[in-house]
Amino acid sequence: MDYWRWTESAWKDPDVPDWRGAMVTAGVDIGSTSTQAVILLDGKLYAYANMRTGSNSPNSALEAMNRAMEGTGLTLEDLRFTVGTGYGRVNVPFAHKSVTEITCHARGANYLYGPTVRTILDMGGQDCKAIGCDAKGAVTSFMMNDKCAAGTGRGMEVIANLLAVPVEEIGPLSLSIDGEPEPVSSVCVIFAKTAATGLMRAGWSKEKVLAAYCLAMAIRVVRLLERNGVEEDFAITGGIAKNSGVVRRIERLLGITALKTDLDTQIAGALGGALIAGDLLRKRQASGKG
Amino acid sequence: MIAHYGFEDGSGVFYITIDTGKCARCEDRGCAGGCPEGLFALEPDDEDIPVAGIREQARNALKAACAACKPLERRPALLPCQKSCGLEAITHSW
Amino acid sequence: MIAVGIDSGSQNTKGVAWEDGRVLARAIRPTAFETNGAAAAVYRTLLAELKKPAAAAVVSTGAGRKSIEFADGEINEIRSAVRGARFAAPGARLIIDLGAEACRVIKLHADGQVDSYEVNDKCASGVGTFIETMARALQVTMEDMGPLSLKSTRIVPMNAQCVVFAESEVVSLIHQKESKEDIACAIHTGVSNRINSMVRRVGIVDGIVLIGGTVLNTGLAKCLRDAFGREAVVPEKAQYISALGAALYAAELAGGKG
Repeated sequence: MDYWRWTESAWKDPDVPDWRGAMVTAGVDIGSTSTQAVILLDGKLYAYANMRTGSNSPNSALEAMNRAMEGTGLTLEDLRFTVGTGYGRVNVPFAHKSVTEITCHARGANYLYGPTVRTILDMGGQDCKAIGCDAKGAVTSFMMNDKCAAGTGRGMEVIANLLAVPVEEIGPLSLSIDGEPEPVSSVCVIFAKTAATGLMRAGWSKEKVLAAYCLAMAIRVVRLLERNGVEEDFAITGGIAKNSGVVRRIERLLGITALKTDLDTQIAGALGGALIAGDLLRKRQASGKG
Repeated sequence: MIAHYGFEDGSGVFYITIDTGKCARCEDRGCAGGCPEGLFALEPDDEDIPVAGIREQARNALKAACAACKPLERRPALLPCQKSCGLEAITHSW
Repeated sequence: MIAVGIDSGSQNTKGVAWEDGRVLARAIRPTAFETNGAAAAVYRTLLAELKKPAAAAVVSTGAGRKSIEFADGEINEIRSAVRGARFAAPGARLIIDLGAEACRVIKLHADGQVDSYEVNDKCASGVGTFIETMARALQVTMEDMGPLSLKSTRIVPMNAQCVVFAESEVVSLIHQKESKEDIACAIHTGVSNRINSMVRRVGIVDGIVLIGGTVLNTGLAKCLRDAFGREAVVPEKAQYISALGAALYAAELAGGKG
């Protein structure tokens, strides 16, 4: 059951009639659960798609890119430079280069939220990253956790499955109760699941159990952020940015409001990849290898 | 760059931190060779200068890999990796 | 004078009745969120088997030891494990107590005093629950895991350590047509390596004794021996050793000679 998966999305800038004549660069971010493709025209966001990752990384990359190119008339041959990133980054058959996701995320967040961003939290399906960056979107510090499911989308999935709550409803439900319960004390998702079962037996409502788990998750994420260093402005990317139950609690614990964007927060990595693709292409052209 | 490699799980926080700003001539000095478990590898940073990092496959196994260097009793003041680095670029969270 | 030890584990509650230097009866039942109820039921089963109205003293141990209302005393898991293991295997120097939700590695001096110990009850990757969850993913019973693992002929690498991620990895290994035998062995090897890192921290010595419900798994025991590179003994009825330790304390409490 896919209680936790976010819906797929695609977007194209309606104000750009034609891409011909512009420098077309792209980024593809193959994550463990979702894959994003982003296309830029002269370094400006033009189109993107956010899809589920299938069992085959190269196919997932191609499908996401085809979806992003849909209705634009673009073909793979038109992409002047493509960067692959994410855990499946070496499996993007049409990429010219692969770049680590930390580097891409910082750069993408710099574009999405502007040059004032200094701290980025990225929570994906199977990992959680805290990234510090400068005004150009270059990484100054990072801390990552992909060993343990607590503090990742998957951890939330386990609890959502247990309570049979669709992922979109976790946030609103967890914020619908008066006051805040004690957080679930176990970090480990498996032990937290046992604890949640115990709480339900003790008569807690689903909403209250969700609140206790969202709070536990927020506490853990804030610990990761604080260990890496927190400096404003602060932005949250990845699937978890869509879970208000965790985001609101992180903001409260940090005493900082995260910057908002209307764009899909999951595209940060692919967007950064496409921006870096542009840099690399310009570098090549300048050195005459273009 | 302050690079934290490792993980946190229910049992604790296990990160090796490398301050790549302190790294200097890693390649010539052979600093990465000091780890008995071979955890370190030189990787190009943003300016394509090779600096020390933790091998990707080893990052989620630091707790186990470092166990022999960190006995509960009589732990040395400087770990072998810190000794071979010599520039105080390497710290451990546990 | 009957002394009873009750080990209230996260998964099972075990009881041992003791008198005059020997075990008279054993009983076990799932704890199932009813700590006191399960302990009371185990106690009743023991008494029914012995046809006795009550024990002279009851001592509790284990995760739920403080919730057992009828106990005359309680001791922590380290003390009960040491007492029981030293009784079952007098030369024990390194005790590894592996339960469903906890792993304890206890190093002893030659005289049986505790030297140092390391406990993990916070991460499921190094405890019995890990194997149980993976067995479900493999669609085999816990009892099958050991024999399957012993028939493994090929090393299959498993990268994920977290129960949640390892579950998906096992499913994908099945899809890759890896054999259940080899996957079972990979699961046990992973747990063994994580336990071995605790052993390395306290420092390895000979005289290794494995206790707790999880070590009844013969495949795991073999992988643990391989990881340690040393012999490791599994005493008879290894899941009752901590309850036995508690019973020995109960006998002392009752004034009898343990």
